[in-house]
Amino acid sequence: MTLDAQTRRDFPILERIVNGRPLVYLDSAASSQKPRTVIEAMARYYETSHANVHRSIHTLGEEATELYEIARDRVQRFIGAAAREEIVFTRGTTDAISIVAEAVGRTLKPGDEILVTDMEHHSNLVPWQVAARDRGARIRSVPLVGEGTLDLAALDRLLTDRTRVFAFAHVSNVLGTINPVAELAARARRVGALSLVDGAQAIPHLLLDMSVLGCDFYAFSAHKMLGPTGLGVLYGRRALLEALEPARGGSEMIKEVWVDRATWNDLPWRFEPGTPPIAETVGLTAAVEYLEKLGMERVREHEQALAVQTVDLLSAIPGVRIYGPRRERGAVVAFSVDGWHPHDVAAALDAEGIAVRAGHHCAQPLMRWCGVVGTSRASFSVYNSSEEVALLAHAVASLGAAL
Amino acid sequence: MSSVTRPALYSETIRERWRRPRFRGELAGATATAEDVNPLCGDRVRMQVTLQDGRVSAARFVGDSCAICTASADVLSELIEGRSRAEASALGAGDVLEILRADVRPTRMRCVTLPISVLAKALA
Repeated sequence: MTLDAQTRRDFPILERIVNGRPLVYLDSAASSQKPRTVIEAMARYYETSHANVHRSIHTLGEEATELYEIARDRVQRFIGAAAREEIVFTRGTTDAISIVAEAVGRTLKPGDEILVTDMEHHSNLVPWQVAARDRGARIRSVPLVGEGTLDLAALDRLLTDRTRVFAFAHVSNVLGTINPVAELAARARRVGALSLVDGAQAIPHLLLDMSVLGCDFYAFSAHKMLGPTGLGVLYGRRALLEALEPARGGSEMIKEVWVDRATWNDLPWRFEPGTPPIAETVGLTAAVEYLEKLGMERVREHEQALAVQTVDLLSAIPGVRIYGPRRERGAVVAFSVDGWHPHDVAAALDAEGIAVRAGHHCAQPLMRWCGVVGTSRASFSVYNSSEEVALLAHAVASLGAAL
Repeated sequence: MSSVTRPALYSETIRERWRRPRFRGELAGATATAEDVNPLCGDRVRMQVTLQDGRVSAARFVGDSCAICTASADVLSELIEGRSRAEASALGAGDVLEILRADVRPTRMRCVTLPISVLAKALA
């Protein structure tokens, strides 16, 4: 049985009719849909166990705290982290990156460099720009070559003893390029730089093992991996998190407070000020369990097949251009259609019930490299089928003179 | 699924103005120019006008934009020619939409208003 045949009925939203057609949801890279188990787990939590975590000495508070901390254990296991202290809950990928950028930012000196790449999402650029701005630090960037892969030869020149952080995406949200994280992290370490990986587009699709990747920090969001919005994860190597001075204060992150000073709580709570998104962590546990049950190798295989089918079908249509590597790629395919603006393509596909993303995908430097203002983008998850890819290709092929 | 049975995506006016814009191009000797982008999609529009004795004697636009935005810029350029600076500045989305004869969805309203806000900057 194909993966979609097994999973499709688990996602209530896929029964929707959009503009008179069954919904074809090809925008999971922006946000995935949620299986019933995630929705029900969150509802059940609110109906039976909700209270604030960690400081409530009563039954509900204890239940909520236990569920919250169980989520941490599940995430730790899911990504192969060495310890639960290495899993910090955040509001999303952007927030996770910002926590590191703010903390590292305070230690930057004039002449220090932050290395990024030309394929980064704005969320892995702007926090570093803000961090570097007032400290006289400089942003440098790894250029792209060929079909849209990092210029690894340029890395020798760019990664130097001035580099404090090398921040890069695991999988490009536009090109689908899968970057060699282990190699990049190792090369960063060799010059004494920290490595931070934006894993937002990798976590829903790849089997991850932090001990193999070897990066210092890894950031991702729950809502792209079948979980709820408003929750993200920052993985950080324990020794590094220990050494990092938290840039944000609040309730959960302290040990003891005086009016003019405070001492910090232990890891991981030190980086979790304020009441966290508790129900969302319960939803994330259900999402992780759902993905583990399917098996991430199978998920990867299914989505890779859909992406390659999309590349093949779309590139056979006259006037359609595909961006990114043709074969080895993540679950996104960005494309453009001659004579059509990407937003008009998306509107025309929406009229057929097909949801795709259009625009700059929060990657304007990359758009400039591609030589376009924006693209249309189809992206896939466990519930998408080969038939849906065929529907997309048919709809794109028949755009014709509709405009 | 065929393009024959599909209803037109946009109004006839939007399609016509997208295919054959009448006011697209550089305006030699423009006296006021402004440019901006739509943060949502990266679309870029530049409005150029020539002001003579307080009136817009010519208007042109250039841009990299979708059908709705292009049609809006084209219609707006046509609307302001011959008007006083104050009259041109007072034009709003309603005036453009009336000519486009389109029911634009909220997510695309910025496509209509980008040329209007760029014009306001040029005339300010």
